Amino acid sequence: MENEKKLYTLIVHSENIAGVLNQITSVFTRRQINIESLNVSASSIRGIHRYTITAFADSDNISKVVSQIEKKVDVLQCQYFTDDEIFMQEVALYKIKTGVLTDNPNASEVIRKYGANIIEVNPTYSVVEKTGPTGEILALNQELSDMDALLQYVSSGRVAITRARIEHVSEYIEKMDSIYGNSNN
Amino acid sequence: MGEEIRGAEALLKSLIDEGVDTLFAYPGGNIIRVFDCMYDHRDDIRQILVRHEQAATHAAQGYARISGRTGVAIVTSGPGATNTITGISDAMLDSTPIVVIAGQVSTTSLGTDAFQEIDLVGVTQPITKWSYQIRSAEDIAWAVSRAFYIANSGRPGPVVLDFTRNAQEEFVSYKSQKIKYIRSYIPVPEPDMAQIDKAVEMIDQASRPLVLAGHGVELGHAEKELKAFIEKGDIPVGRTLLGLSVLPSDHPLNMGMLGMHGNMAPNIMTNRCDLLIAVGMRFDDRVTSKTAYYAKQARIIHLDIDKSEFGKNVRTDLNVLGDCRQTLALITERMKKKSHKDWTDSFRPYQQEEYDKVIRDATHPSDGPLRMGEVVNAVSSLADDSAAITTDVGLNQMFSSRYFKYRRNNSFITSGGLGTMGFGLPSAIGATFGAPDRTIIAFTGDGGLQMNIQELGTIMESRAAVKIVLLNNSFLGNVRQWQQLHYNSRYSCTPMLNPDYMQIASAYGIPARRISDRSELESAVREMFATDGPFILEANCMEEENVMPMIPYGNPVDQMICHI
Repeated sequence: MENEKKLYTLIVHSENIAGVLNQITSVFTRRQINIESLNVSASSIRGIHRYTITAFADSDNISKVVSQIEKKVDVLQCQYFTDDEIFMQEVALYKIKTGVLTDNPNASEVIRKYGANIIEVNPTYSVVEKTGPTGEILALNQELSDMDALLQYVSSGRVAITRARIEHVSEYIEKMDSIYGNSNN
Repeated sequence: MGEEIRGAEALLKSLIDEGVDTLFAYPGGNIIRVFDCMYDHRDDIRQILVRHEQAATHAAQGYARISGRTGVAIVTSGPGATNTITGISDAMLDSTPIVVIAGQVSTTSLGTDAFQEIDLVGVTQPITKWSYQIRSAEDIAWAVSRAFYIANSGRPGPVVLDFTRNAQEEFVSYKSQKIKYIRSYIPVPEPDMAQIDKAVEMIDQASRPLVLAGHGVELGHAEKELKAFIEKGDIPVGRTLLGLSVLPSDHPLNMGMLGMHGNMAPNIMTNRCDLLIAVGMRFDDRVTSKTAYYAKQARIIHLDIDKSEFGKNVRTDLNVLGDCRQTLALITERMKKKSHKDWTDSFRPYQQEEYDKVIRDATHPSDGPLRMGEVVNAVSSLADDSAAITTDVGLNQMFSSRYFKYRRNNSFITSGGLGTMGFGLPSAIGATFGAPDRTIIAFTGDGGLQMNIQELGTIMESRAAVKIVLLNNSFLGNVRQWQQLHYNSRYSCTPMLNPDYMQIASAYGIPARRISDRSELESAVREMFATDGPFILEANCMEEENVMPMIPYGNPVDQMICHI
């Protein structure tokens, strides 16, 4: 279905100029699309910021959002992907009742099953850390809740990397530099 | 290393380096150092003191729209800056190159809610092409050059420079900069020959093609290329409101204006053609009406310089990205010469029908009170060939857009996207400075004139030779028309008691004449044009006149009505 809503991952590269994040998020706001997760970091290219954004939208809307983000003067490139086109990970922390961990044998089994690590144990609570794709993170959350073990839960925004060998944006910059020289303004 | 100068002086040097000859200005506390430096530049930069900062931005727009050069407004922080928001938004929606420079508190006070501090960059980011805070004098040459490059390249638009007080005061060794390239920004994409070839194929195959020409043709200086294209392909043209002067009104392939109060023929034929070729226009809802019924039978080619416009409102079959001056020329070169006589002839009966049902009575009524259309028609007939018009928003805008005859490019300046009442008078002031050799006529209504009526003071002082044609119907007429059509004639807040405009004109020392009678119309218009400098011609028009034809809200474009 063309108009079915899906979770898309946007990868945006921008110059390191103040206010770009604000401009990007306002495009989502105007189109009434909620950002599910957002991660901003340095990229593999010096001086260039990389945003990884996830949002539920239909394909028509997401392509409009992407072209409006790319239109911003200081945005180098904006691309969107479905989950099968990228490698992605999130980190989640689960604070659970230590009592459940000791009394319910299923608890440690579940934690092992998901490849999660216990990074803190004290008499009142323990902290479990898991890195993985969104689906697994949510599934572990569900299982721990079902055991009535969960006290707190937090997950990071998604980070994603494309299946291409190098960043598409490097090719773009090379192309621009070859036309105009590398004097960026 | 050159001599050190203040940041404020560096700003002015940067502006002079960019070729700025006019500033629309209003001073205040956080920009006072810049005004102090302006005092030394009274001979090299014209400085027009407006009476409200909103008018400074509209004047900058009028200047830019008529000349193609970037208009500049300079204002203080806080309320001075917030008063520019309407003009900035207007320039964004109508792709107008302006740079607004606003004072700001010192960097040490930023974020403290200091006196007249607002987060201007935060406020203007969604309504500008670029918005930047200059926090150090070192930044000035770079920021100004970048601002002008961004404002007036590719699809033009407004840029805001938020100029902190410390950056104005600091000393800096000024070195001129000229930015011609930003790697994250491709203002003019290279044409893709595959798209060109595909367009040629579609155009060659079409038997009922229709061109929709918009503001982009004017912004891209592609009027000649458009004319060559339509003449070779024998393709009729509908123009958008902002594209009205891209083709002379009397060109045989000009079929009129598109949209809600446009002409019947191009609107109806939009839903009969087999190929729509949209050039530098964005399928605004005033043009398309309900998109579910819009040109469903046709294939659509969209030529635009802004990729984000493709498929935004209307699905298209082919997008041709690039500067239409280049893409149109490439297509024209490759396409077949054609004749579509039957097709172009098929527009004529609708033109005749509209003339019989609407135009004749609107422009040449035999009796009754003065009509807006006949005033516009008289002004148009007696204006010289250099004339350009600005309009306010509402009935005056629709009547002048419909009945003024356009003879050359860059002749129609109006607020299309934002629909800003109060735009007409200040934009006309700006236009007189952007094209001092042209006659500038401002069509306005009693509502719109009063929204920026203080600018009569600017005219008084600068002697800007604006010919103001006030179409006074004692109503907020366009809203009243909607109330009549859709709200059972319940005229809520639309009848308006007017002041005596002759006394106002006299107070400002502006020659003026009021007419109510048809017999005086021609002599009054002649008097207006014969008078040196500004003039106010008040025409007391029929109170409850409607602009027709009309596509009622939600109707398909081919279902226009001629009477309520």
